[in-house]
Amino acid sequence: MAHAYTPGLKVTECTNLRVRRILPISGSVHVQKGQDVQAEDVVAEAQIPGNIFPINLANLLATAPAELQNCMKKEVGDRVEIGDLLAESKGIFGFFKTQYNSKSAGVLEAVSKITGQVILRGEPIPVQVKAYVTGKVVDIMPEHGVVIESTVAFIQGIFGIGSEAYGPIAVACQTPDEILRAEHIKPEMSGCVIIGGARMTNEAIAKAVEIGAAAVISGGIDDQDLKNILGYDLGVAITGTEKIGPSLIITEGFGDIAMAERTHRLLCSHAGDQASVNGATQIRAGVMRPEIVIPLDQTHSSETIDEGVVEGILEPGVTVRLIRDPYFGRIGQVATLPSEPQVLGSGSKARVLTVTCEDGEEILVPRANVEIIAD
Amino acid sequence: MPVISPDEINVILATDCGSTTTKAIMIEKIDGHYRQTYRGEAPTTVEEPAANVTIGVANAIAEIGELAGRKLLDENNEIIRPARGNEGCDIYISTSSAGGGLQMLVSGVVREMTAASAKRAALGAGAIVLDMIASNDKRKPFEQIQRIRELRPDMILMAGGTDGGTEKHVVQLAELIAPAKPQPRFGSEYRMPVIFAGNKEAWPMVRETFDDSVELSQVENVRPILDRENLGPARDMIHDLFLEHVMAHAPGYDKLIAWTDAPIMPTPGAVGNILKTIADTAGINAVGVDIGGATTDVFSVFHGEFNRTVSANLGMSYSISNVCAEATMPNILRWVHVDMDERELRNRVKNKMIRPTTIPQSLEALIFEQAVSREALRLAYLQHKEFATTLKGVQQQRTVGDLFTQDSGGNSIVDNMQLDLLVASGGVLSHAPRMEQTAAMLIDAFEPEGFTRLAKDSIFMMPHLGVLAQVHPQAALEVFERDCLIYLGTCIATAGKPVPNKVAFEYRITGDVTAQGEILAGELKRIPLAADQEARVSITPHRKLDVGNGKGQTIEKTVHGGTVGIILDGRGRPLLVGSETGYSRQDVSQWVEALNLYDNEPLISSK
Repeated sequence: MAHAYTPGLKVTECTNLRVRRILPISGSVHVQKGQDVQAEDVVAEAQIPGNIFPINLANLLATAPAELQNCMKKEVGDRVEIGDLLAESKGIFGFFKTQYNSKSAGVLEAVSKITGQVILRGEPIPVQVKAYVTGKVVDIMPEHGVVIESTVAFIQGIFGIGSEAYGPIAVACQTPDEILRAEHIKPEMSGCVIIGGARMTNEAIAKAVEIGAAAVISGGIDDQDLKNILGYDLGVAITGTEKIGPSLIITEGFGDIAMAERTHRLLCSHAGDQASVNGATQIRAGVMRPEIVIPLDQTHSSETIDEGVVEGILEPGVTVRLIRDPYFGRIGQVATLPSEPQVLGSGSKARVLTVTCEDGEEILVPRANVEIIAD
Repeated sequence: MPVISPDEINVILATDCGSTTTKAIMIEKIDGHYRQTYRGEAPTTVEEPAANVTIGVANAIAEIGELAGRKLLDENNEIIRPARGNEGCDIYISTSSAGGGLQMLVSGVVREMTAASAKRAALGAGAIVLDMIASNDKRKPFEQIQRIRELRPDMILMAGGTDGGTEKHVVQLAELIAPAKPQPRFGSEYRMPVIFAGNKEAWPMVRETFDDSVELSQVENVRPILDRENLGPARDMIHDLFLEHVMAHAPGYDKLIAWTDAPIMPTPGAVGNILKTIADTAGINAVGVDIGGATTDVFSVFHGEFNRTVSANLGMSYSISNVCAEATMPNILRWVHVDMDERELRNRVKNKMIRPTTIPQSLEALIFEQAVSREALRLAYLQHKEFATTLKGVQQQRTVGDLFTQDSGGNSIVDNMQLDLLVASGGVLSHAPRMEQTAAMLIDAFEPEGFTRLAKDSIFMMPHLGVLAQVHPQAALEVFERDCLIYLGTCIATAGKPVPNKVAFEYRITGDVTAQGEILAGELKRIPLAADQEARVSITPHRKLDVGNGKGQTIEKTVHGGTVGIILDGRGRPLLVGSETGYSRQDVSQWVEALNLYDNEPLISSK
């Protein structure tokens, strides 16, 4: 077979990106089709039903659940403030009454005559969805969200932590193989998306947290450093809710690994430009990779991509990254795609390809162990 | 669905729609027997841009058609039925775990009793249990409500109270779930299915607690009286709702449902089905394992009692990092007989987690992955043994011998000494380059005792056969026996702690092979015996050890061979490897040599 399909990561100087910004439940959309929006504009909003406060009122009043209804001083649907008299027992011949004053505010939702439990529902919780990228609203899903299109430079990372962040790009490492250390992080990078080179060290991340950086991007990270930062050993790659300060994105993988030169060059060429970053990663059904999005000033004509992982065709001449030891991190071009499975050093039989590395060496690797570096 | 007599079924098509790959097999009646003949696979197409599962199904079936030279799809890409000449098939069936399978929340009054029964029913139906809410789970009500709100299950199973027992606590649970307004995972259009399988006296009050925002249904109590479980009705209802709600909302499933001649089952439910069928038919105790990228499923049938657990974060790719975190690196490296750099390994593990489809290229990488798999399997089996217990809360009759034990029920029904068959499935086990490696991983992780036959699922067709067992048990059994299982051989192991440097047991083998000798404490030995061969084996263990007849007692049994043969295991049980008191790396090296697990040459040349 002269070609095969394989996943890859998108690194491109210019593309039309389309992002769906959807509410978790139905709400209201604040923008209109055709409208220009800034990355941090709120485009849709919803109210999640408030938290619930169950109160075992029959117990507290020492009354039977079936009697509770007669003790209630508020009706279902009434507003209750902290300190309001919620219920009062009948007492004995009208004396020795027990009162219950609410310790929570909300709306009285239910009074159970079976369990004697009362449910108060707190204030609705607002959920806001921001535009995320500066661009134009191209579609509206009434009550649910919008689609925004923008011409951008777009870089997918391989793994990240933290959620959406925004800031101007500040270059800390001048070359892609330079390890990102604490001394590279300057106070003036506060609020910035910091571009490193090779592995980001624990100390550099601590410094980025200290100065209040928006995000840190680099080639790799050591497993032990990630464990120190998070305070636990990450078991599965489902991230996005971490609250360490800046979002962190690695573009290549774990260990001492330099950022791909092309990625570094592209990021550096946008020094000072505003970027949107999302560290959220989900490597299960519906893959989600972290990304760096840099809106471009002028409108370019370009293919339009939707968010997601890129699938490419593996064929001779295509640039690939080797993603498994013993060649992890090396980059080269596909030379041949032998059709017959071959026996690997491990003894397993697998379909393979040969790659001509940048130094001219030709190596044989399983097809499963490469990814396309897509334009 | 067309009704067709089982005798007239000659060509069967079956698919399993996995998260990433749709696997199809064809079964044909040849010379009066059913045999699996061709196999095809294609990427599953539930997500964009296809967003229609039947496209992947048709692609996988088309591959079979090409291989078999048989026209299976018509011009509209629909399956031709019934078979006529060299076209079509007689029945088509399918299983599915696409979209992450069926995810459930279960609840019960007492965590160890009704909630545990609800969990067993859900797991038996092939669901992943996201959480178990119980009155005594030590969480405060607002924490329980918060948890229900955070989760997005496909379905909720509520149990609680024996029939005529507590009503108040059951309704209290309903009062936690109803106002939390749980949101389903797929689509905001459909109402969350909630099954009530608790105290039937509490049903009217439970019904009153919920509003129209959920689809509430009632089935028989999962635990009608304290000492009896009744999981069948809840399990059937889960399957029905899975088909009606979860499947129906996945792209293209409405069409797939119309295609199939039997209800689509969740993949793990089908695997459990076939294992139960085979154990019941042969009258044996069996354990099956399916180790995947994200989860490890363990199935067991002991004395007709079926149990299934899913260890949601013990897997070899997506969750390999979690295996390392839970097992710890020293416990993984105790299975490795060569030097490896721990920091590098940790980074490799994370790299596998973020790029889960990669495969080991070097022998060193394979050795490490197989070491990780031993720990993943061991942990999953431990969880299974803890879960597969006799009913808790039931007073058991005691004998004088039990006088000094204070158990009040709840003992594990999994007994390795009574285990007859251990079946392996899943990439790291099925695709190991040598059968000996599969056998070694199974033995080291599951620690079978006495005489245990080992097998592996040749091409992962147990799900297909599980659903086939529902419509054509004979065909399912024939294919299972003839084409599904590859027998690795029989493991014979002693229980108890062997005395160092002493003989663990003496053996004498007669029949298709003959041999006799001694196995020392800590020793492993392989004796070739082909799959179609049998031998009579007599074992006399050391007075402190047991092979099934009591300590020091001789036992004689007929054993079957396999691609590996007979493995004589004198290492004792529990198997202690690593740390100061366990077997050393030198011992592990000897085991590698005894079973001929790996070549040393690539390791030396790679240094």
